[in-house]
Amino acid sequence: MERNYFELFAIPVSFDIDLSSLSKRYQDLQRSAHPDKFTNATDRERRLSMQQASMINEAYQALKDPLKRAQYLLSLNNIDVNSESNTAMDTAFLMQQMELREALDEIMDASDPLAALAVFTKDVETRISDLISKCQVCFSEMTEENISKVEGLTLQLQFLYRLREEAEDREEALL
Amino acid sequence: MALLQISEPGEATAPHQHKLAAGIDLGTTNSLVATVKSGEALTLANEDGQHLLPSVVQYQKDSIVVGSAAQLAAASDPHNTISSVKRFMGRGFADVSASSHGYEFIESDSVPRIRTAGGDVSAVEVSSEILANLKQRAEKSLGGELQGVVITVPAYFDDAQRQATKDAARLAGLKVLRLLNEPTAAAVAYGLDSGSEGVHAIYDLGGGTFDISILRLNHGVFEVLATAGDTALGGDDMDRAIANWMAAEAGVDLNDAYLSRRMMNEARRAKEALTDANAVELRVDLVDGTTWTSTISTEKFNELIDGLIKKTLLPCRRVMRDAGVTIEEVSGVVMVGGSTRVPRVREKVAEFFGKQPLVDIDPDKVVAVGAAIQADALVGNKSDDEMLLLDVNPLSLGIETMGGLVEKVIPRNTTIPVARAQEFTTFKDGQTAMAVHVLQGERELVDDCRSLARFELRDIPPMVAGAARILVTFQVDADGLLEVTAKEQTSGAEASVQVKPSYGLEDTEIERMLRDNFENAKDDVEARKLREQQVEADRVLEAINAALALDGDALLNDDERATIVSSLDGLKQARENESAAKIKYAIDVADKATADFAEKRMDASINKALSGHTLNEFE
Repeated sequence: MERNYFELFAIPVSFDIDLSSLSKRYQDLQRSAHPDKFTNATDRERRLSMQQASMINEAYQALKDPLKRAQYLLSLNNIDVNSESNTAMDTAFLMQQMELREALDEIMDASDPLAALAVFTKDVETRISDLISKCQVCFSEMTEENISKVEGLTLQLQFLYRLREEAEDREEALL
Repeated sequence: MALLQISEPGEATAPHQHKLAAGIDLGTTNSLVATVKSGEALTLANEDGQHLLPSVVQYQKDSIVVGSAAQLAAASDPHNTISSVKRFMGRGFADVSASSHGYEFIESDSVPRIRTAGGDVSAVEVSSEILANLKQRAEKSLGGELQGVVITVPAYFDDAQRQATKDAARLAGLKVLRLLNEPTAAAVAYGLDSGSEGVHAIYDLGGGTFDISILRLNHGVFEVLATAGDTALGGDDMDRAIANWMAAEAGVDLNDAYLSRRMMNEARRAKEALTDANAVELRVDLVDGTTWTSTISTEKFNELIDGLIKKTLLPCRRVMRDAGVTIEEVSGVVMVGGSTRVPRVREKVAEFFGKQPLVDIDPDKVVAVGAAIQADALVGNKSDDEMLLLDVNPLSLGIETMGGLVEKVIPRNTTIPVARAQEFTTFKDGQTAMAVHVLQGERELVDDCRSLARFELRDIPPMVAGAARILVTFQVDADGLLEVTAKEQTSGAEASVQVKPSYGLEDTEIERMLRDNFENAKDDVEARKLREQQVEADRVLEAINAALALDGDALLNDDERATIVSSLDGLKQARENESAAKIKYAIDVADKATADFAEKRMDASINKALSGHTLNEFE
């Protein structure tokens, strides 16, 4: 039986999800599928269990994180934001990307880089929250226009996630 | 993606029989075996009442000595007495040559071996002697054969190190139910004991390895959020720091193996004594026959080890970040491993986490105890067990791509089991083979990562460059072990794959060693093979019969059921009367006959897992 990740977790297809319920269902699913429950089963059952448990883990990862959730929802609509044919890039956003990168580079020369990094990271987090809210609005009504908007938002989120990671790497290097 | 159906096991086990299982902590310095008896997990002692088995093996010309006796012999026979062999597990010749700790390593069939009076031995063989000793101890204590064991490994152990551990168990005649990460084992022992919920940090500093794991405990579910560590950092390094200082003070070098061992022994003794004293006297016989004496203060000791402790705090920082939790969110810090008895370590860890670490459970025993608890559950003694361990892979897994770079396929700290696939293609016209190099590590360059295995995908139908679609799938199982498969998609043609472990033991080699080691000289290979197939047949019969009892009526029609029952009858008959090969064949027949049934059962099980929930819950 073919199921998408939402159906697997028995939750409605939506960007808006209750994380604690998701977590509880994840645990319930793994209680029935996890290889630890199949140590005395046949080789075939053990293999099936491993495949199933892997799939449940994959589904949970996809639904838990807002960016991955957005990407998954788009994929359910046959949209792959990272496919080569997708060149829709907001010019304003490209400018913003460059500015943010420059800002991060300049921090390394600041008098108190750690403090500056903390401020920078907080700013990136705020931008990410903001974009996630926007995604939520668009997903609540899946018009063609909104879907197109979400594609753009997802690309921006991808960039900001990478930027956040870089900032964290630099913070780790300084400590 | 199709969902597959599997029955619920656990309920399958015969109600009467308590199966014998044990948990083994195969430590760098000491090893232990524990089991669950009458609902309580306890470590097992030898005839002298000792629970700890020093991980030391002495190879004499005609005998092998394991444990305390070997440890005593270490100072007088350092070349033949192997200590801390865990350090060499899953390591290639280049690695061990770089830090051989005085042992003479030779390279034989790409596996490093130590030259001893009793022959050339690999790390796997040495470890198997320790495991065999514990197996004997457990079976004697429990009065029967072990049906399965859970063996712990450092969470940060890579694939090669894990494979080596499994090989050692196989060589010792043990059936491994699961390789369990040491911090997770400790969390199980601790968590179930105290009933603590919330986010916990497990700081595990052993003789030779360091792990830091962040887990969330919630009603029997142990979810590892992230893990980090250093597989070459532990109490041994503290001993070495002290020994080096002592040598400098005494004005000697440590080139002589005997002196080095004496210094290390004295260093260790002093380290342990300083736990309860401010200063300790030192005394070592030098090479020239004189005796060097001095004292070491706690202050000096702390100075010598502060650098090492600081090294443990870097993975601590990294793991907090990977887990996505703040210091404040950590409700408890658990100390595991003998080295966490050092007061300075406790002090620095308390400082880092902003709270006093929990030290109630014996740090030497907690890992074995946790392993025993899981072994008891996995072997099938508990039918309605609510415990669920969700662990992660500690290191990213990837493939070598053009230019000596590594492309990550599965990032670190992904909950396992996990499967990911990546598509590759050919870069030359008519290319019929492809080399796949699998690596583990966080760095970008191949040279900076650990090489796990090399593949050759052959028989690719000749095509234009870039036309072939080769799907490479990485599957990490619950033991943290990786299996890689490759398949060419466009032609639909089956492609053959060969995995060559970079420096592990080949299966044929293990078979040979098992034959050579066999206790009963009269017992031959054929008899053993027959017994193995009979045991497997019994297992399959039990599992399928239980499945039929549970779901046969609901999911099968009469014809389907009849086919399965007929295959079971055939298997039963083969098991009683036939050769190993015929039994194996009958097992395959039964397996194929139940394929659809197994799938249906998994789907039913998944449905059942969520049957208590409805969509309305979300509104």
